[in-house]
Amino acid sequence: MTRHHPCRSPLAGDAPAFAEPGSQQTNVWLSRIPNPVKRASPASGLLRVIFVVLLTFAGVAHAQAIEPMPFRDHAQELRFQHLTHQLRCPMCQNETLADSNAPIARDLRNQIFRMMQQGKSDEEIKQYLVARYSDFVLYDPPLKPGTWLLWFGPLLVLCGGTGVVLAAIRRRNRGDSVAEAPTDNGDDW
Amino acid sequence: MNRLLPFIGFMLLVGLFGFGIWWNTRHDPNAIPTPLLNKPAPAFNLPKLYEPAQTVGKADLLGKPYLLNVFASWCIECGVEHPVLTAEGPSLGVTLVGYNYKDAPADAKNWLARHGNPYDLLIADEPGQTAIDFGVYGAPESFLIDAKGVIRYKHIGPLTQGVVAKELKPAIAAMLKEAP
Repeated sequence: MTRHHPCRSPLAGDAPAFAEPGSQQTNVWLSRIPNPVKRASPASGLLRVIFVVLLTFAGVAHAQAIEPMPFRDHAQELRFQHLTHQLRCPMCQNETLADSNAPIARDLRNQIFRMMQQGKSDEEIKQYLVARYSDFVLYDPPLKPGTWLLWFGPLLVLCGGTGVVLAAIRRRNRGDSVAEAPTDNGDDW
Repeated sequence: MNRLLPFIGFMLLVGLFGFGIWWNTRHDPNAIPTPLLNKPAPAFNLPKLYEPAQTVGKADLLGKPYLLNVFASWCIECGVEHPVLTAEGPSLGVTLVGYNYKDAPADAKNWLARHGNPYDLLIADEPGQTAIDFGVYGAPESFLIDAKGVIRYKHIGPLTQGVVAKELKPAIAAMLKEAP
């Protein structure tokens, strides 16, 4: 079996360290939370909400700090974020290109950035990647004969299940009309 | 009959999960099928590892089939593959081209000095830009490219004795039979 590690690359040299300025700030907030053993009062509830919101934004700041790119404007940055979130990293397949720290994901992000600067459309960039890495890079698989089962399989299962349920109901109804009250044998599933 | 239904359903699920386990022992769940199979290899122009002033392009390699082996000194599984390449390389009947991927040239040379050099030709892609055109997403990966420059076979992960015997050699034989 030629199984290999999902990430068969060196650790990213410039992977973000965990001791970011943001984490210190988080600690300050942790220490300000009133005695956690105390029952939740409205005030502590509010603090908790603030805490969660801060944590959320700490994550956002962190994600963007990985790799500052010289975007032309904010719209282009948003477009880049949107596009890289729709594409799958070929190396770590449960991560998007935007989230992955694998070296290949960084290379592909750079390539996407370059193509954007050249004025390529999102569709052209996707085509470029699909031509090299197949439909695997798309989180939204295209509708074609090879993916019919993927798209319509759930519908088939639903139809099958509906059929089974309808048949069971019909049989039960028929049973009720023939014999007024079939003796209960404790078999009620 | 009604009493048997849950049991039958359970056995169907057992069968399904069993099939999943069996399938995954035979298939690499991380391997991506390459859309480049049976298509012309992408054009490239890369420096030689030992003589960086000289470059090698796709046109230079036309006329003779070759095995393009993507490797790197940081790649642990390349060390697993290396003895197989050393043992089987000379008997494959194709040129062995080493494609050094995202590696510092000094590291690559050290690695080859330590493990031995089974390659007939070594090219280096330190930025990893050309590798994107090949659909490379890690190392090791191997491409069998025929005399006309068409990709005939690709393997993702290390070439083991089993893969060489069951996949690579038959692919080479089929290729040579078609165009000797």
